[in-house]
Amino acid sequence: MIDILNILLSESFWAASLRIASPLIFGVLGALLCERAGVLNLGIEGIFVAGAMAGWMAVWLGAGLWGGVFFAMLAGAALGLIHGILTVPLGLSQHVSGLGVTLFATSLSYFVYRTSLPAVSSPPRIEPFRALDIPILSDLPFVGPVLFQQTALTWLALLLVAVIWYVMNRTPLGSALRAVGDNPDSVDAQGLSVYTLRIGAVVAGSSLMALGGAFLTMSAFDAFFFGMVNGRGWICIALVIFASWQPGKALLGAMLFGAFDALQVRLQTEVGALVPGQIFLMAPYILSILALVIAARRADYPRALLTPWFKGQR
Amino acid sequence: MRIEPRSKVSKTLIISVPILSSFAALLIAAIPISFAGANILQAYQEMFFGVFGSVFSFSEMLTRATPLIFTGLAAALAFRARLWNIGAEGQLYLGALLSVVVGTGYFDLPPLLLTPVIILCGAMAGAVGMAVPTFLKVRFGADEVVTTLLLNFVILIFIQMMLEGALKDPMGLGWPQSSPIVEEAMLPKLLPRMRVHSGLILAIVCAVFVHFMLSRTVWGFRVRAVGENAVAAKYAGIPVHRSLFMVAIFSGALAGLAGVSEVAGLKGYLTADLSPGFGYTGIVVAMLAGLSPLGVVLAAIFIASVFVGADSMSRAMGVSSYLADLVVALSLLSVLVGGFATRFRIVWSKRQPGDNG
Repeated sequence: MIDILNILLSESFWAASLRIASPLIFGVLGALLCERAGVLNLGIEGIFVAGAMAGWMAVWLGAGLWGGVFFAMLAGAALGLIHGILTVPLGLSQHVSGLGVTLFATSLSYFVYRTSLPAVSSPPRIEPFRALDIPILSDLPFVGPVLFQQTALTWLALLLVAVIWYVMNRTPLGSALRAVGDNPDSVDAQGLSVYTLRIGAVVAGSSLMALGGAFLTMSAFDAFFFGMVNGRGWICIALVIFASWQPGKALLGAMLFGAFDALQVRLQTEVGALVPGQIFLMAPYILSILALVIAARRADYPRALLTPWFKGQR
Repeated sequence: MRIEPRSKVSKTLIISVPILSSFAALLIAAIPISFAGANILQAYQEMFFGVFGSVFSFSEMLTRATPLIFTGLAAALAFRARLWNIGAEGQLYLGALLSVVVGTGYFDLPPLLLTPVIILCGAMAGAVGMAVPTFLKVRFGADEVVTTLLLNFVILIFIQMMLEGALKDPMGLGWPQSSPIVEEAMLPKLLPRMRVHSGLILAIVCAVFVHFMLSRTVWGFRVRAVGENAVAAKYAGIPVHRSLFMVAIFSGALAGLAGVSEVAGLKGYLTADLSPGFGYTGIVVAMLAGLSPLGVVLAAIFIASVFVGADSMSRAMGVSSYLADLVVALSLLSVLVGGFATRFRIVWSKRQPGDNG
């Protein structure tokens, strides 16, 4: 018990939690944007892979770190456009289209990686984002190491939570986006384009998902590996339900998740001899399922989620 | 120009769309092939002869198609009822796990009984694997897409744990693999010196069985009714939850059989890389088949040809074999778009929708 308390009170634990949460924050925010507009995006897992791969490769080819961020987002936006066109004007199954995008994005990323780097045994490394060392703030006790020694991408994730909350709740664009996920007919009656709003939300959301992937190769690690995304995208889909489609709760959910994950890594070193390590590896997935089971009934689903809308049909 | 639903969908259209989509996906593959710097025509030639060039390569394709028929059926059946079972990958491993538990001699059974017991246990393990997320859906409203996807990871890690622990082969030189199942329990081979095994026959029998169940029984009618409109089905007095559970059990069992057939027909033992994503590819197979059980057999043969052909092309020309996964993904996307063409048509006139004049 004391051990757990010690862990929970340590700076490195909370710093690690925030680091683990960062890609999930991007992913949950991305999924939130898509679903708030009424489109489930199961392309997320593949878009993570594509973002991780595109961002890493752009940096490796000399585009610079922010160039990498740009190309990752571009890859995500392109994949989002595919999903958007298939599911919005064509009204095709959001489940199948999303899985198709995941398969496509994953295999394309792996193919491009293998073709560009045919004969490397260890993946080439890049110089990833460094911790932003903010002079005075970083020296603050506790808060300093936890908050002010994260990379720029973590800051971007936190900033985006605020931006998306503001856009969703305080701007006309946000109310149109929410309406298009709840009652597209009302949006159409106002003379706004349901198609544009929905596709726009999917494209924007998908580029955020790609950022989550890019975080893995450009901040958490410094190289691209096969299978590195490892279900993080699916976890985001569970977390967005847990967060009831609210940006603030999305941050909370991702942080809780990051904290549990950081805790299990530390517990593993404490009691590793007693319990097989795989128990800890399973924990994040089981945790996500539990979060879903707890939240599902209470969740306030966007009312038009999964429902295609066609112009001129009521 | 406007888009309107077709009032009648012709049989020709339903059959031609998946075929055209598959060819479209193969054609689009020319882009990545040329990106890899290979001669396109030669690449297609290598792919074709890599499957149809010899009896052996053809039998390899059938070997590859066998698990895909099972997982394709699992997806097709579940999707018919709009139960989104994306967990065939995990259920496959559960089936494989149970078949090594039963088949490696923990239970002393006469050889004649062993094979049916393995098949039954594997199917039951897969069924449980799908019954759990279905319970979470019905009882707690937890979306089965997410739970089945996440369970795939849980199950695979559990398999790794078993292979490094309780089930680890003491003779396995430290590799994380199970002991081989006893010789008598192996499914018989179909051809001498080839790997294709009687799991293929079992798969085809299952396809015919599922086809019969869906099209000729009350149960099948209920499943289709639940899939088309669960609310209406409920008002019509169809026990929706019970139907869903039945679908879940059969769907999971089919995926479990894929694992049994891979272990007892092919590998003989269990490793954590038994399936290169057969569960996920099964979804593509089901969609290509238009969720028709008999179509699944043909779609599985096409997808298996792509994999085997691309493997052989990859060996000959050095183009990454991830090309096969790319073609599979492309065929899913194009059959989806093709499905749009079967249900809607584009009318080239200026008349507004709603005018009947």
